[in-house]
This record gives sequence, structure tokens and C-alpha cells, in this order.
Amino acid sequence: MTLLEGLTPVAATGLFPLAWLMIAIPLVVAGLLLLLGRVTDGFGHYVATLAPIASFVVAVALFAGLLGRPEAQRAVTVPMYTWIKTGSWTVEANLLIDPLSIVFALLVTGVGGLIHVYSIGYMAHDPGRRRFFAYLNLFIAAMLTLVLSDNYLVLFVGWEGVGLASYLLISFWQHKPTAATAGKKAFVVNRVGDLGMTMAIFTMLAMFGSSSFEAVNAGASKMSPFWVTLLGLLLLVGACGKSAQVPLQSWLLDAMEGPTPVSALIHAATMVTAGVYLVVRSHAVYAETSVAALAVAIVGTVTLLAGAWIGTSKDDIKKVLAGSTMSQIGYMMLAAGIGPTAYAFAIFHLLTHGFFKANMFLGAGSVMHGMADDVNMRHYGGLAKSMQITYWTFLMGYLAIIGTPFFSGFYSKDSIIEAAWEKQPVLGALALIAAGVTAFYMTRLMFMTFWSRKRWQEGVHPHESPAVMWVPLVLLAIPSVIAGMVMNSWIGGWLAPAVGGEVPVGVSWLPRVSVIGLVTLAVVIAGVLVAYLVFGRTSIPESVPYTRNVFTIMGRHDLYGDTFNEVVFMRPGEALTRGIVALDDGVVDGAVQGGASLALGLGGGLRRLQNGYVRSYGLTMVIGVIVVGLALVIGRLV
Amino acid sequence: MTTLLEIAAPTIEYRLLGPVLIVFVGACLGVLIEALVPRHLRDEGQLIVTGVSLLGALFVLWRTWGPDWRSVGAMGAVSVDGPTQAIWLLILVFALLSALLFAERRLSSGVTSFTPMAAAVPNSTLEREAAAARVEHTEVFPLLLFAVSGMLLFPAANDLLTMFVALEILSLPLYLLSGLARYRRLLSHEAALKYFLLGSLSSAIFLFGAALLYGYSGSFTFSVIDAAVATPTEHDTLLVTGMVMLMVGLLFKIGAVPFHSWTPDVYQGAPTPVTAFMAVCTKLAAIGALLRLLFVALGGSRWEWQPVVAGISVLTMLVGAVLAIVSRDIKRLLAYSSVTHAGFLLTAVVGASTMTTGLPVGQIGSAAAIVVYMAAYGFATLGAFGIVMMVRGVAGERNDLSAWQGIGRRHPWIGAAMTLFMLSFAGIPPTAGFIGKWAVFSAAWRGGYWWLVLIAVILSLVAAYFYLRVVAVMFFSEPATEVSDVHVVMPGLGTTVVIAVGAVMSVLLGILPGWIVDLAASASQLLR
Repeated sequence: MTLLEGLTPVAATGLFPLAWLMIAIPLVVAGLLLLLGRVTDGFGHYVATLAPIASFVVAVALFAGLLGRPEAQRAVTVPMYTWIKTGSWTVEANLLIDPLSIVFALLVTGVGGLIHVYSIGYMAHDPGRRRFFAYLNLFIAAMLTLVLSDNYLVLFVGWEGVGLASYLLISFWQHKPTAATAGKKAFVVNRVGDLGMTMAIFTMLAMFGSSSFEAVNAGASKMSPFWVTLLGLLLLVGACGKSAQVPLQSWLLDAMEGPTPVSALIHAATMVTAGVYLVVRSHAVYAETSVAALAVAIVGTVTLLAGAWIGTSKDDIKKVLAGSTMSQIGYMMLAAGIGPTAYAFAIFHLLTHGFFKANMFLGAGSVMHGMADDVNMRHYGGLAKSMQITYWTFLMGYLAIIGTPFFSGFYSKDSIIEAAWEKQPVLGALALIAAGVTAFYMTRLMFMTFWSRKRWQEGVHPHESPAVMWVPLVLLAIPSVIAGMVMNSWIGGWLAPAVGGEVPVGVSWLPRVSVIGLVTLAVVIAGVLVAYLVFGRTSIPESVPYTRNVFTIMGRHDLYGDTFNEVVFMRPGEALTRGIVALDDGVVDGAVQGGASLALGLGGGLRRLQNGYVRSYGLTMVIGVIVVGLALVIGRLV
Repeated sequence: MTTLLEIAAPTIEYRLLGPVLIVFVGACLGVLIEALVPRHLRDEGQLIVTGVSLLGALFVLWRTWGPDWRSVGAMGAVSVDGPTQAIWLLILVFALLSALLFAERRLSSGVTSFTPMAAAVPNSTLEREAAAARVEHTEVFPLLLFAVSGMLLFPAANDLLTMFVALEILSLPLYLLSGLARYRRLLSHEAALKYFLLGSLSSAIFLFGAALLYGYSGSFTFSVIDAAVATPTEHDTLLVTGMVMLMVGLLFKIGAVPFHSWTPDVYQGAPTPVTAFMAVCTKLAAIGALLRLLFVALGGSRWEWQPVVAGISVLTMLVGAVLAIVSRDIKRLLAYSSVTHAGFLLTAVVGASTMTTGLPVGQIGSAAAIVVYMAAYGFATLGAFGIVMMVRGVAGERNDLSAWQGIGRRHPWIGAAMTLFMLSFAGIPPTAGFIGKWAVFSAAWRGGYWWLVLIAVILSLVAAYFYLRVVAVMFFSEPATEVSDVHVVMPGLGTTVVIAVGAVMSVLLGILPGWIVDLAASASQLLR
């Protein structure tokens, strides 16, 4: 196996110095919309929609610029300014345009632009429309900062920025307590992930005196096994938080409280895939530590199973899709954990998933739009006729995600399953099973929503959404179908130099016939058939049927992710807080009253001060003196 | 015939010590104004004297800035070295901004935050008459200047006696100032008394420690103590006990756990401008003094105090953060926050990263890290307390967090400024607080205390929670009906300047940290 060395970035020429515009345009628009306030209520959303489109144009120009360069020069550093410079530590805020970052920039601005257009229709009657678009623009700017930075520290700035935009948008409808709670939950869970990121960056600064990708890539091979494994695991913790991977997955399902375009953009297509980007970007670290790489693959596999499982038992259309997102990102993480052979597949699946999942989320939004914002699939049925465009575009997404041959998901997912099979048959087999489960729950969704008999509630009259909403659907349905065919022969070679992968040979747009591929297809067909037998032939009850099926019950409870968090994180935290507060309020004072053995004499003396609580404060100090003194004496004896 | 008793005239480097002397003279002038100038002119007079003396001190500091000037002066009693000058610079700037908060009168319709008559019993006729006559205690300005002169002397003190004298000079005016709040007088009295009693206790402990250390080394001078520490003897019980007691005296002023209990009560009870002044300048002076004591006098027994201070640092960060999470009053929350910050500052002290411990020239060591951290913390704190002064109900400020609900939505600019301060406190890039955290953590890391950095990073994320809760309250909570009397009063020029400077610096130090880092790094060598 020959690996290409990572690219050495070259200086920016031509159009490249303009790369900062991609970030600046949406950022400035977001600022204007927020600061100018009501003045921009009337037209703000149009300006905000133009911003990502303008960034998209810049991204396309840079992409063309990269294509026109010889392969060895396809990494361009665009200097911005030196942020921190002291002695051996320098943090420069530079942008890096390379094959990996540019495809991300295209995805973020392209899909982002379409979702902005869609939101013009979706949020037309919302009183907070201007704020919504400002946050969306803020998100685009932060996400681009994340993927275009050439070092981990500025990446972290973008990382926090997308987090902020995500919390703001999840709890956008603050009048719903569930939305506010969901925002808070996403915030708290992401703290854990950020802890991993922070520690990873500190480790890099301490080890290399820099957090730039270049320095870390170069230095990773010189680190001791302990530190490089630690670094890999810390980065994985960060990735788990942002990408909703087990055990930090619980926030993503609740995040569906946000407006549907947000779910499509942030919680399906772009932000939640940042973890995959992080792992792929840190390929040099994972190349040195098989332990951390295996951990990435295991986390991915567990999540892809858990997400699919949750997807089978939910009735809320957005939660089914959210479970599915978890599951698909699990596939990407699995690919990222496999190593150089599969990095390109991870990004490939990330791109195709970005198209078909955004497509389906927007489709779900269109359905909700027609069904008076009801998300319960048990109240849907028969929508294929009344919402034809939504139905057909959704169908394309459906065929793509289950892996129908020639559709986009087929190419990317099969590649991952095959690579997993070669690396570790257990992981491959699990990924294969999940493909069948995916086919099952997506077919279930299709039956419940589009194909079965009508179960509409009183006064609901489904209708097709306006053109401003269905045009983006169509524009996303096209890549859902063809992206796989178009990119299959190209993406591996394009990404190889940036991710330290191999240049694949003999790949074309035609699907490769292999045993695994055929088995996968068979499993998918089985999944579809089972779903047909269960949901296609009988009528679907309008209320949730009682079940004793343990799997269903667990799935309905999100596999007890919340319970886990409560027991492992919340309760001990609460106990600690209570303990410290109690110590502050009561114990010290109680020590005076009751006469604790250690400080009785001193306490008695101090009690004569008789000044409310000052006595206990004073006692605290005196005890402190004794404790500090004892610590010194003990330290001396040891 | 030669004289039997020859007394050499003490030499004083007037120019080098100029900043301290000018502020002290300004304070004395302020007292004269109280005695001689008619009442209606006193306010302006005091403002001018305060402003001129602080600016004058800054001017002299600027003229004597640099390694050529830095030396031990006043017959070895005062060491004007890099850290001293850097801390002086910050104290003077922050004191100037605090004075602007002291002078604020537009918030409570034309009167200051201070009581009209401190001697009157709360709610008595005398007090009401004084309020009606619009009498004022303009003595707060000389008190401020006296405190500042003590604060300038404190981190520069090169022997234990000078340090103790400075400690008393800075403390006594603060005890008085704490009791002068216009509203909630009883709370203010209680705060002053508590501060005084506990402060006296800590001073006593400090003095006892100084005596013990004298017993050990035979001198109060730091360099002599350092030499004594370097040659170990049998009976070092005196050294250990003295070291503990001196540290405790200083940790009390910093607000480190378990010597922090006074902080929330005093911060809550004191008039808000005084709280702001204490939170920034006292901490700054005390951490400077602690730095000098531990590094210059006790540097030789570093291995003994480092683990202890590390333990205190962890405890301080943890307890401060946890208590801040449960507090429902903005001033108490900021008090606990200042406790947490003391813990973060101590991580840099623990690192003991100085030239003598092998720090390369131009790098950020412990002293420089503390200066950078305090610069970030000081601007955010002053700005935040400025905003605290603006949220008012019928009787003065409303400090309960419930009164802050929805403020950000009604006043986006105020909300944005407060958010900025909170983000800076939380150390979220690219605010100034991030650079500060980065500096102190790197100093600790250099000293080999990577586990402390690990804990500190975790606890800084815990601390981020309560800062962001303030933001959430301001922007995402609907005001409850019973707090409908809450209104945000637009302040006068002084407070506006403080908030604006705080906001600008919180961003500027975060985006362009180079100059403050360079300034601190160029002034990090302790002289003895």
C-alpha cells in the first residue's frame, strides 16, 4: 500500500486571496440583519438568501481554480492575520483551500443556498423571519470558518460558532418549552464534546507549539504511542459531540424541535458531519494509532445500528429522519475509522447524504406545511396523490438512501460496507444488517406517509407547497439521483492527496459487481419486503399500538439515551452541587454549633465574636490555615 | 569629632516611585478639599484631583517605563520591576475607570450610588433629611485614592513590613467604602463589618506569619529570606508555619477558597462601583503581592508550596463555579465568578514559570500570564458591573436575576455588551478572556502541571455554563409580571465610557492580543 504524502500548501495567487469573501459575506449580512433590526424586516430574507449564493459562486470559482492546478499544488494557504504570537507559539488565522475543504465549501454554500430559498416559503408567515435568516447566515459563516481554517484553533472558533447557531435555531420557537429545552440539551451535551476538542488542541499546542494541520500532520509520526492515542481519542470525543455519535447522541432527536429547514441544513447535511470532517482532517493522527482508529470505527458502527433502530420505531417523521441521520453519519465514521482506504468513501457518503437527506428533510417540511404542521405519520397517508412534486422528489431521496443501484447512496454506502468487510468482517456484517434495517424503516416511512390510505385529521387539506419550496426540492432530487454516478470515478482520486488516501484504480460510473454488493442488495430487498408485509398490506392504526416488543419499546425511548445521561452525568453533578452548597450553608456553621472535634477550641474562641455568620466565615479561614499547614507538613514528610 | 550616631538620610527614587507618591498626594489633597472647599464645589474638585492624580501617575509611569529604569528603590523596601510596572499600569487604568463609575449620578436621578449620610441610622429622620438636602459624601474619592496608593505599594513591596503596611493602607478605605451604599443600608453595613472583621483576622494571620518568618530568617527583606531558605536548617517549623500564614493573608484578599466566604456578602452589600473597584484592583494588587512573596522570598521552597497552591486553585475554581451556578443574584454570581477567576489565576502561580526556572526570554511566564489574564478580566468586570448599575427598580438596583429577564430583547445593545463580557469571562474565543486563559494555562503547563490544566479546562467549561445562563436569561426569558417595575436607565457619560471601553477591549485583546502579550512578556522579570 503506497500512501501519498500530504500536500504542502502553496501561497495563494489569482482568485485565491478572495477566499475570505466566502465567510465575510454571510457574516456581514447576519450582522446587518441583527443590528439594523426591523428596518430590514421587509427585504432582509432576500439579502440573506443571496449571501450563501454569492459564497457559492466564490467557491465554484476557487474549485475551478484548483481543478486547473497540477495535483501537487492543490492546497492553497490564504494568509489572513497572525492571531497569537509569542516566542515558540504562533497561531495564524489562515484559510486552507484544498480538495477536501473545497468540496465542503461547495456543499455548505450550495445546499445552504437552496435551503435559504426554501425557507423564504417555509418561514413566510413567521414573525421572527428576519432573525431566522440572520441565524442561518451566521451558521453558514461559522461552518465555512470551520472547514476552511488551516488550523485546529480557528477550526474550533467555527466549531463553537456552528454550535451557537445550532442552539439559537433549535430553540428558535422559544414559546414552545420543548424547543427551549431541546436547545439547552444540545448545548449541554455539546459541552462534553467541546471538552475533548479543547483538550486535543491544548495537547497539540503543548506538543507541536502550533495547532496547524501542517504541523500536526508532520508531528504526529514523532509522538509517543500514548500521546498520539490520547490525541486521537480526544478528537473522537469532539467528533462524537458534534456528530451525535454514541454516547453523545441524545441531543439530535430533540433538535428536531427547530424549524425544518434548520433540521435539513444543520442537523442533516452539514454541521452534524463536522465530526467526520474532523476525523478525516486528522488522518495523520489516526494513521499512527490503530487503537483510536478502531475506536472511531466502533463508535460509527454502534451509532449506525442505534440510529437505524430508533428509526424503526418512531412515528414522528422528523425523528425517523433524525435517527436515519445518526445512522448514516455512523456509516461515515465507520469509513473514517477504517483508514486511508476509506477516507474518500466517508466524504463521498457525506456528500451524497448531504443531498438526499436535505432533500428528504425539506420534503418532510413540505408535507408538514400541507398537513397543518402535524409531524405524526399516523395522521398522514395517501399523500402521493395530493402532493405529487413532494412525493416524487422524496421518492428519489428514498431510493438513494436505501441503496437502489445507480442512485447516489448506492455507490457511497456500498463502498463503505465493502471496505468495512475487508478491514474487519464483524463491522462489515453489522453495517450490512443496518442497510437492511434502513430499507425497512424508510419503506415504513413511505407507506405511512405517501402510500397507505388517508388518515387525515379533521380540517386538514393537504396541498402542494408553493414553487419557492418545491424548486429547491427538485434541485436537490437531481443530485440525489446522479451524484453517485457522477462522482464515483472521480472523488477518490480528487481527495486522495488531501486525506493521505490511495488513488483508486478501475473505478467507473458503472457499479462494480461483487459478492458483498449482491448480498447487500439482497438484504435491502429483504428489508423493503418485510416493511411491505408489515405496513403495506394492513391498515395503519391512528394511535400508537400497544406493544410488548422490547425492541420497539427501547426504540421509542431513544434506546434510553436520556436515562443514561441522567444516571451517569446529571445525578453525580447534582449531588456534587448539592454537597458543596450544603457545605457552604450548613456544615461549616454546624461545625461551630455542634463543636466539631478538630477545631473545637478555635471555634469556641471565635464564637465569642458573635457576629451572625462572620463566625463561620472566620472558622472556615482558620480551618483553612490548619489544612494548608497540614498539607505542607504532610508534603514534607512524604 | 565624629558623631556617635550617624543617621544616613534615606534615599528615595522620587521619579521611579512617582506613581505611588502622586496618588498618595492626590488623596491628601482630597482630604484638604473636604476641609476647606465649600460644599457645592467639592464634587467637581474631588473629580479633578482624582482624575489629575491618576493620569499624572500614569504619565510618570510612562516616562519611567522600561528595563533601564527598573530597580529596587527606597533603600530596598520597594522593588519597581517589570511585573510591578505592568500591574501599576493596570491598576491605574482600572482605578480611573472605577472613578468614572463612582461619579455616576444620572442613574439614580442626580445622586451617586453612595449614602447621603453614613453616620445616620438607616431609615432615620436624619438620613431622610440628608437625602432631601442632597448632601453627599464626596470623601469617597480620597478614600479611593488612598486605597489605590496602597494597591500600588502592595505588589511592589520588597519586605514583609512594607507589604503589611500596604495591605492595611489598601484595606481600611475599602472597609469604609463597602458600608456606604445608598440603598439597602443594613446589607451594606453588614458587608462592611464582615469585611472588616474577616479582613482584620487575615491581617493578623499575615502579621503572625511575618513574625515567624522573621524568626526563621532574621530579616523582613525578601532577598534575605530567600537566602535563608536556600540554606536549609534544622528548625524550619518556623518557615513552614510562617509561609502558610503569609499565604493565607494574601489568598484572603484574592478570594481563594477556603478564604473566600466574605466575597459574595461583601460584593453584594457594597455599592456597585466599589464592588467593581474591589473585584478588579484588589485582586490585581493581591495576586501581584502573592507572586512576589512566593517567587522572590520563597522561591527556594517552591516544591513545597506548589502542590498546596495547586490544591487551593482546584478548590477555588470548583467551589466558585458551583456556587455561581446556584446563585440567583447577579452581584453574588459575579462575586463567585471572581472567586473562580482567582482559581484560574492561581494556576499560573503554581506553574512558577519564571526566568529562574528556565523560562526563555520573550516567553509568557507566570507573571506575564497574570498580567494578560487580569487585563482581560478587569475590562470585562468593570463593564459588567457598569451594566449591573443600570438595571434598576423602585429602590435602586435590581440584582436578582429574575429582574434581568428579557433585558437583551428590549435593549439589544446592553444585552450584546453584557453577552460580550460573559463570553470573555467564560474564555470563549475570540474574546480577551480566551487569551487570558490560554496565557495562565500555558504558564501552568510549562511548570509541569498538566493535570492542573486539565482540571482547569474542565472547570472553565463548567463556569461557561453560568455565564451563558445570564445570556439566556437576558435573551430567552420572558419577564415575569411581578418584575414589571424593572427598567434599564441610560447612564451618564462616565459609565457609558466604562462599558464601551470594557467592550472594545474585550474584543480587541481577543483579536489582536499581540501588544498586550508583548507588553506583559517584556515586563516579567522580578527583581530582588
